[in-house]
Amino acid sequence: MVALAEAVNVGTAPGAAVDIVDIDHGFALHGDYLPVLEDVSFRVEPGEFVALLGPSGCGKSTLLRLIAGLDTPRAGRLIVDGADVTGPDPSRVVVFQDPTLYPWRTVWRNASLGLETRGLLKQQRERVDAALALVGLEKFAKAYPHQLSGGMAQRASLARALVNDPSLLILDEPLGKLDSLTRLAMQGEITRLWQRRGFTVLMVTHDVEEALLLANRVIVFSDRPARVRADLAVDLPYPRHRDHPELLRLRREALSLLGMAADW
Amino acid sequence: MTAIAEAAPGRAGALLAGDDERPHSLGLLVVAGFLWLGLGVVILAWPDAQELERTSLLGSLALGFGMLQLLAWAGGWFSRPVARLGRFAPWLVVLALVMTAWEVATAKLDLLPLPFFPSPQAFLEVYTDDWRRLGDSLLHSVLLLARGFAIGAAVGFVIGVALGWSKRVGYWIHPVMRLVGPLPATAWLPLAFFIFPSSGSASTFLIALATAFPLIVLTWSGVAGVQTAYYDVARTLGANSRFLILKVAIPAALPHVFVGLFMGLGSSFAVLVVAEMLGVKSGLGWYLQWAQGWAAYANMYGALLVMALMCSALITVLFRVRDRLLSWQKGLVQW
Repeated sequence: MVALAEAVNVGTAPGAAVDIVDIDHGFALHGDYLPVLEDVSFRVEPGEFVALLGPSGCGKSTLLRLIAGLDTPRAGRLIVDGADVTGPDPSRVVVFQDPTLYPWRTVWRNASLGLETRGLLKQQRERVDAALALVGLEKFAKAYPHQLSGGMAQRASLARALVNDPSLLILDEPLGKLDSLTRLAMQGEITRLWQRRGFTVLMVTHDVEEALLLANRVIVFSDRPARVRADLAVDLPYPRHRDHPELLRLRREALSLLGMAADW
Repeated sequence: MTAIAEAAPGRAGALLAGDDERPHSLGLLVVAGFLWLGLGVVILAWPDAQELERTSLLGSLALGFGMLQLLAWAGGWFSRPVARLGRFAPWLVVLALVMTAWEVATAKLDLLPLPFFPSPQAFLEVYTDDWRRLGDSLLHSVLLLARGFAIGAAVGFVIGVALGWSKRVGYWIHPVMRLVGPLPATAWLPLAFFIFPSSGSASTFLIALATAFPLIVLTWSGVAGVQTAYYDVARTLGANSRFLILKVAIPAALPHVFVGLFMGLGSSFAVLVVAEMLGVKSGLGWYLQWAQGWAAYANMYGALLVMALMCSALITVLFRVRDRLLSWQKGLVQW
């Protein structure tokens, strides 16, 4: 608990508080209404690392898109730092499963995107260099995306997000397509970045172990339409060890909530 | 043909072995040089069977060209850039043989019927005696093409982007384009010459039309095909729609745009020649028509060569521009 408190307080930019209140959302599909999120409510404290866990296709990513402001919910309220979400904002940045770097821009120019859209690039070029250094890509500033490995590309997209000094970092299965070794390394890096910068993190994943290794809290969703099944607190110091008995216990609990108890 | 086929593995071998390896064809350059010298001797020493004026000039050119090749071979032993000229040797050998056969069959033995098969001398005479008119035609063609292509490219690009971006623009422009677009621009020719005040402006319009249609379709599909994830990324980073169009949609669609430009340039050549043959009183198309009227086949071949060089040069320029703008793409086709 002490370690956790320290971790949260080290950062410079204060993390955002997120209130998700009675969110309902769905899509029209072939003329029918397909409910995706039903009655979803929870609160994320400033500086928390919350993992959203659920079966694939259950609507976790949809929730992230709503919080990012890319889509508008059918019902309910999304409040970030006391203000309703009405559209995208650079203080809430998303890192998608695919790095989605622009292939026509170098790594540096990709990372600088958020400053460019706001007309800040000319005065604050050093912020781009700093963000690339933070993810260890300073030597690849002039490389094009097709010259990067999968892990490096995802790191570049992380730098593109961090340049904006976000108060809320939204991670949509950011490590889902990486090989297992790169994945382990990136998990460590994300935890370190979060501890250093103090932003709030919301991360969608369907990897139970990843959720428990990284997050303070793991919110488990049911199958579609997604509802909150459980809200598990992970009170363990970082860096965490995947063989810790408490972690194994939480893992069993999370898996049984996802309906996988018998197989494990 | 065999010479070309042999050159390919030689070059690949040189590439694999690194820069130190001298191109295998350097020795062949001696052969090519002597073949061209031999052609010069044939032209000068063998009396013409046809009545021709530029025999001595052509002979001197062949001799000079042969000497140059021998010099390049000698220089290749001292300078690596000169040694690279060796890769042209197989082509030079074949060209020397073809030229010799052509010269012997026409000027020396008069085997082929005139005026359909002029000799190399007659071909050369077109450039020495009629270069002023040819140059003037070339200039007019290039200017007309440049004007029409620039207008067509600009308009086509803007319409294509608008179609890809806005549903409302699509509602109005799409049906018009579907009806009018596939019509060959040359079908408008009689009407255009009637409506426009001058044949020049009519041709400009037709060339612009021919350029615009493929560009519209390709730009449109390029913009419409941009991944929505690209827009999502920019939007979460605070981009407005101006930024989305100029900095996301257009760069992402640019590879398609260039395909459209290549197609547009190709069809603009066709319209240019037809327009010049039928209405415009200048340009290479007009020169072709004029030469045919006088049964001056050598002039026609001469003009065709100039036209081929012009079209090839313009395509090359477009490739250079593309290579510069799309240097981020991997696996670009080399021209």
